[in-house]
Amino acid sequence: MLDVIKIKKTFNPGTVNEKTAVSDLSLHLDAGDFVTIVGSNGAGKSTLFNAITGQFYIDEGKIILGGEDITYKKRHLRSKQIGHLFQDPLRGTAPHMTIEENMALAYLRASTSPIKFFSRISNADKKRFREQLSLLNMGLEDRMKQPVGLLSGGQRQALTLLMATMVTPKLLLLDEHTAALDPATAEKVLELTRNIIDERKITCLMVTHNMHQALDLGNRTIMMDDGKIILDIKGKERDNMTIDDLVEQFRINAGKRLDNDRILMSQ
Amino acid sequence: MSTIFTISILQSALELGCIYSLVALALFISFSLLNIADLSTDGCFTLGCATGAMVTLSGHPFLALFAAIAAGVCSGFVTAFLQTRMGIESILAGIIVNTGLYTINIAVMGFSSVANLFNCDTVFSIAKIYLGQGTYKLIVAAGITIIVAILLALFLGTRLGMSIRATGDNPDMVQASSINSAFTITVGLCVANSLTALSGCLIAQYQKSCDINIGTGMVTIALASLIIGETLIGKGGMIRRVIGVIFGSCLYRFIVAVALRLNVPAECLKLVSAVIVAAAIASPYLKEKAAFMAKVRLSKKGGDKNA
Repeated sequence: MLDVIKIKKTFNPGTVNEKTAVSDLSLHLDAGDFVTIVGSNGAGKSTLFNAITGQFYIDEGKIILGGEDITYKKRHLRSKQIGHLFQDPLRGTAPHMTIEENMALAYLRASTSPIKFFSRISNADKKRFREQLSLLNMGLEDRMKQPVGLLSGGQRQALTLLMATMVTPKLLLLDEHTAALDPATAEKVLELTRNIIDERKITCLMVTHNMHQALDLGNRTIMMDDGKIILDIKGKERDNMTIDDLVEQFRINAGKRLDNDRILMSQ
Repeated sequence: MSTIFTISILQSALELGCIYSLVALALFISFSLLNIADLSTDGCFTLGCATGAMVTLSGHPFLALFAAIAAGVCSGFVTAFLQTRMGIESILAGIIVNTGLYTINIAVMGFSSVANLFNCDTVFSIAKIYLGQGTYKLIVAAGITIIVAILLALFLGTRLGMSIRATGDNPDMVQASSINSAFTITVGLCVANSLTALSGCLIAQYQKSCDINIGTGMVTIALASLIIGETLIGKGGMIRRVIGVIFGSCLYRFIVAVALRLNVPAECLKLVSAVIVAAAIASPYLKEKAAFMAKVRLSKKGGDKNA
């Protein structure tokens, strides 16, 4: 489904701040893969995500999604096929617009005809949005006329998740999307994520700092350090792995101790 | 007091308020919704005024309205093009276009700095024939403003309108919804500037003249109307906010009319409007600060008692 082939990205080239965030990085995902990614600070996890979504163009290499070369495709065109959730719950929704307006915008991804641009939110749309919101069990279906800015972080993140998967994406990228939420809400959003992905067999990449999540969720775990993949496990090998094994593996493969402050905090 | 608030003053304030509210609605789109300070407003207003005046002079007062709208769309497109395709800072793009428009406006008026519309038909003089003396100007001005306001409120509820609003609200989210923000900014600025130019055209026909400096300070005045409206009517749905902007514009004109009535010299009006804008924008901040200071004073007093 997704092929990242030998990509390289250097920030601020030719200056004292030059930093090669990823180099010679390759990754292959089969359709329906749910891959968790762990790694130290500055390992290049977010850079990988941003390269895939097109926040910048890569210096070398290729990115292929569903058979199509998207290396130089514009960001807003890629987002028709890629859902992206950030750690910050504020980034995924427009705060001064109502819940139904936000959802209507997300639904624009489904349309191909320009005529749709002049359509308004129909009663059929409202009914569909209501049904989808009720799946969240957060009572949002009765607050559809309220601005999203009034919702809590967890509610906004759940809504963003709903919006990102409203039109089933070819690829879903989750960048520590529960890290900024309180534990109970995080658990709920995670449960929701798991249900949606399982139900619709969405191919997904998820960055997490929680080692337990990394092994518990999905079918494959990747460890990154210094812009490279240093461990890639799945199947039996992964099933038998404990959190301590994983930390130990990092020390062996990277030749240093894991220095992700958040991972250490959550141990 | 009764000498200050005469019916005729109220009426002319409403007429001007309605016409100028189109500029305030334009800034509502660019400043409030898109979060872009469009400084080409002054030049664009004059462009609409000049275009409208020349087409009216040639005997087509109704066509003049559409010609002005078309001119405004062009001006808005250039401003948007500079900032979305040429990488020019939005404020600079507006200033550049504003400067360039000065020459274009002079050229539109046949390289003269004034144009007079006496002895030719305007939408107002035609309306006078059908509606009779008295309120004909107000009916035309209010009618056009109401039509524009309804169309605008409807437009902002469409998916394109929502995309424009989201572009100013959260650019990240817009990209993630597969909307091209360069496109939404372009459409937004074209619509906004078409309203500004339409307002200019109506003013040209209303006062039967146009001069090259008519747009000077327009952005400040429109901003004053916008902020008065948003402060008094508050934020809410699109319809409520559009009504608030029009109300703010009428109120602003009323304040100016009263100031003139109180023998404030006409030359001082720009200073008066600058003061009104500064006061209107600063008031929410000052209110908050005053509340905070009161709290600090209170806690200090309480602290003394405890000590």
